Amino acid sequence: MPSLKDLRNSIASVRNMRKITSAMKMVAASKLRRAQEQAQIAQPYAERMAGILSRLSANYVATASSPKLLTGTGKDHVHLLVVVTSDRGLAGGFNSNAVREARRVIRQLLADGKEVELLTVGRKAKDLLRRDQANRLGKTFEGIGSKRVAFSEAEGVANTIVEMYEAGEFDVCTIIYNRFKSVISQVPTATQLIPFALPTGATKAESHEVRPVYEFEPSEDEILAALLPRNFAIQIYGALLDSAAGEQAARMTAMDNASRNAEDLTKKLTLRYNRARQASITKELIEIVSAAEAL
Amino acid sequence: MVAVDRKFEFELVSPERLVLSEPVDMAVIPGSEGDFGVLAGHSLVISTLRPGVIEVWQGEVVTNRLFVGGGFAEVTDTRCTVLADEAIPVGEINAAAAHAEYERLRGEFDEADSEDAKRILELRLAVAEAKVAATGKPVH
Repeated sequence: MPSLKDLRNSIASVRNMRKITSAMKMVAASKLRRAQEQAQIAQPYAERMAGILSRLSANYVATASSPKLLTGTGKDHVHLLVVVTSDRGLAGGFNSNAVREARRVIRQLLADGKEVELLTVGRKAKDLLRRDQANRLGKTFEGIGSKRVAFSEAEGVANTIVEMYEAGEFDVCTIIYNRFKSVISQVPTATQLIPFALPTGATKAESHEVRPVYEFEPSEDEILAALLPRNFAIQIYGALLDSAAGEQAARMTAMDNASRNAEDLTKKLTLRYNRARQASITKELIEIVSAAEAL
Repeated sequence: MVAVDRKFEFELVSPERLVLSEPVDMAVIPGSEGDFGVLAGHSLVISTLRPGVIEVWQGEVVTNRLFVGGGFAEVTDTRCTVLADEAIPVGEINAAAAHAEYERLRGEFDEADSEDAKRILELRLAVAEAKVAATGKPVH
């Protein structure tokens, strides 16, 4: 049986904890709003880019001079996985979900006899994957988007990856990140980015007669060679933005739960405290009464 | 022949935001193979851009001058979409900062030792130079 003083102390510390978690929840909520806004204003560029690419691809025929980012290296032996998490924890299962998905993809690729290399964005991905995948861990990025995700940061990551690709370090690049589905749901998603899959299929054949014929300045291949790395950077940027919004949403939910748990705990402890207090009062009364009777 | 009063949708987007979206009479775009003016009913073109200034015309006046640091433009007969790497209204460029940036890159360029670094710096230098030029006080 803990003493009254112990109970009082633990009630006080749980109350303090609740203060901290609910403050963190508020901070996460306001950061989430900002992150969502940012993701929204970045949307038009990504949409227009996708639009141009699909119109370009409508009548594109790959040739030997096509950019490598589009056609691939002709192999799919070495896979580069880009794992995106946050730098900071206390966000529920946010980071471990992304890392678990990464481990699943790694196992699958290894089972298929592929080679896997890792590139991480966010400190948590590095820390978690270093334990069991240290030999695959290559470049790591940290401190991206600590205030807001700038496009130049995403571009930096993208350029590093494209350079690695051009140096022939890998054949296929897949990004694994938490897609922001809603405030209460972030889905770990793996998306292949290199080689880039042009939207093809039915629309191509149907629109064969009426498809618009663009003039290109300079040539089509040169434009694609410039567009594709841009598009790649945009996709990385989109993933980083999604991840940033998801992190705040996950933290908000986690802190909300923690606050509620702390509240429950305070109630339970208070009840025990009151019982113990009453028990000791009763005990003292019995002592006084029985002492009086004995006289 | 295109009617003079016909407008077309002009859109300028940078990765971080939608900068401008409005019906305009004419836009003059710094294509990588030379400036070109876009009117409604223009033929279909996709072009890369060089760093420079886009002029947006409403009627007989330039209503907007926007600096772009490169990118792409897609032109159809009713629409013109510019995907810019960096877009900022010319009026908002800080001339002193742009100049300092140019000088800094200039210095880095002179000190760069590898061919790759030189190539990258050269591109950034071109953007910085165009930005300074856009403020109306050329570097030279």
